[in-house]
Amino acid sequence: MRLGRWFVILMPMLWLAAFFFIPFLVVFKISLSEAMIAVPPYSPLLEWDPSNAYATLKVTFGNYLFLFESRFYLDAYLSSLRIAAVSTFFTLIIGFPIAYLIARSGPMARTILLSLVILPFWTSFLLRVYAWMSLLKKNGLVNDTLMSLGLIDQPLQILQTDVAVYIGIVYTYLPFMILPLYTTLEKMDMSLIEAAKDLGAKPWRAFCSVTLPLAKPGIIAGCLLVFIPAVGEFVIPSLLGGSDTLMIGRVLWDEFFLNRDWPLASAVAIIMLIVLVGPIMFMRNGNKEAM
Amino acid sequence: MKDHSLALKLSAGFGFLFLYAPIVALIIYSFNESKLVTVWGGWSLKWYVELFRNEQIMNAAWVSLKIAFISATLASILGTIAGFVLSRMGKFRGKTMMAGWVTAPLVMPEVITGLSLLLLFVAMESMFGWPAGRGMTTIVIAHTTFCLAYVAVVVQSRLSSMDETLEEAAMDLGAKPVSLFFLITLPLIAPAILSGWLLSFTLSLDDLVIASFVSGPGNSTLPMVIFSKVRLGVTPEINALATLMILVVSIAVIAAIFLMRRQNRFQNP
Repeated sequence: MRLGRWFVILMPMLWLAAFFFIPFLVVFKISLSEAMIAVPPYSPLLEWDPSNAYATLKVTFGNYLFLFESRFYLDAYLSSLRIAAVSTFFTLIIGFPIAYLIARSGPMARTILLSLVILPFWTSFLLRVYAWMSLLKKNGLVNDTLMSLGLIDQPLQILQTDVAVYIGIVYTYLPFMILPLYTTLEKMDMSLIEAAKDLGAKPWRAFCSVTLPLAKPGIIAGCLLVFIPAVGEFVIPSLLGGSDTLMIGRVLWDEFFLNRDWPLASAVAIIMLIVLVGPIMFMRNGNKEAM
Repeated sequence: MKDHSLALKLSAGFGFLFLYAPIVALIIYSFNESKLVTVWGGWSLKWYVELFRNEQIMNAAWVSLKIAFISATLASILGTIAGFVLSRMGKFRGKTMMAGWVTAPLVMPEVITGLSLLLLFVAMESMFGWPAGRGMTTIVIAHTTFCLAYVAVVVQSRLSSMDETLEEAAMDLGAKPVSLFFLITLPLIAPAILSGWLLSFTLSLDDLVIASFVSGPGNSTLPMVIFSKVRLGVTPEINALATLMILVVSIAVIAAIFLMRRQNRFQNP
């Protein structure tokens, strides 16, 4: 049976090795070559010289040097990190009360509210972003509502600004924040809050010194689940953002599809990966506690 | 225990409003007679008729459904095995690495996954001549890879919340590992596999970024067509399409929740 056991273990392992792990090595390899007009459009890593049967290794760090020397890419990385961080913060602020309410509801209400959170997560991400496009337009519902309430007298330019990108990211990633938060809050012992209140703590004080520390694993897991994919986001900035909304996922996309510089796009991806390795490792370790 | 203060209810209510306002607006506008998405021209079903007449959208929808069906099935098989291995096979060399590889696709930015898979396929083609070009096969492989992770997580959490007594009893009665799996474990986790399959199906139908990287000419999936239409200008039939997709997904989610609840009742009577 030993053989059968290893066969079962190896099946998913081999699949993941072939289509998840090895691809990163390929990306790394290509990031060290030069762009060429050829099929595929990059220089080979090993050059075979038939006259003396030597293979020469051709490696260039030019792509990486270019990324570090150019202001544009540095700005793109920094602005992606900023947009992802701000959005993660707002996702937490909006998601926490929802998760808390669900965790404190009765079994029936809990199932219904939880399904209401999961339902949008199952519906098309692209179509939900598209829904915001028509809401945020100059003559869209948001501007119309604000004007009829008399809060503004000129339609605001929301679409094609960073604000629209924040709204889009917070909106689409909200369930990723609520679910881990809910999981930890549900397990929380409510008698601790009562004890704090009995000892004279005001609700806000009880929240800060009891609920918040106990919810920490959920907060960390939720923030990472939102932050990591948000850094590389492509769809939201290209549909909701303006031409000056700089995000690294979009830069990579353009480098690859418009400029067709595959080695440079690979180098952009490798640096993005290095920036995210810390949070991803953290996520993996924190996972066990929160989920 | 009543601590639902007004502030909590209000802020959670705002959260739910935020979640549903765009979806409700989308559904209402799908019945709008007017071509201008924001101008109300009366109720009408004409964008639904337009939608079914639009051959490009219908073809893409068909391609997407086929890809989603195959990838969800492959991902369910591989993901179930992975989830089973991680929660029922004890310790083995490489387990930590496997746990890492299984969860990493869940958080990896899509642009990185898409780019790396395309570069892999290009390298494979020049080395072994397979896959020849890109199209359905490459999209299916890519989708299977990231859906596998979701199925594995769902199955693994189901298995670890389930006690092993039934499996131990069967083993005591002399069941061989293979029949133990197919006769006892598989029926017990079937609802989890089904919800993993449904999740994979919708994730595959929804994916734009990875499919854009690994698809070839003539193999546009539905999200790719929607994306290019939406970028070029708003087309009202997209509202109708969105409404239909929301309807189908809602039914699937309700069915999945129903299945999970029935399962739970069976487990803890």
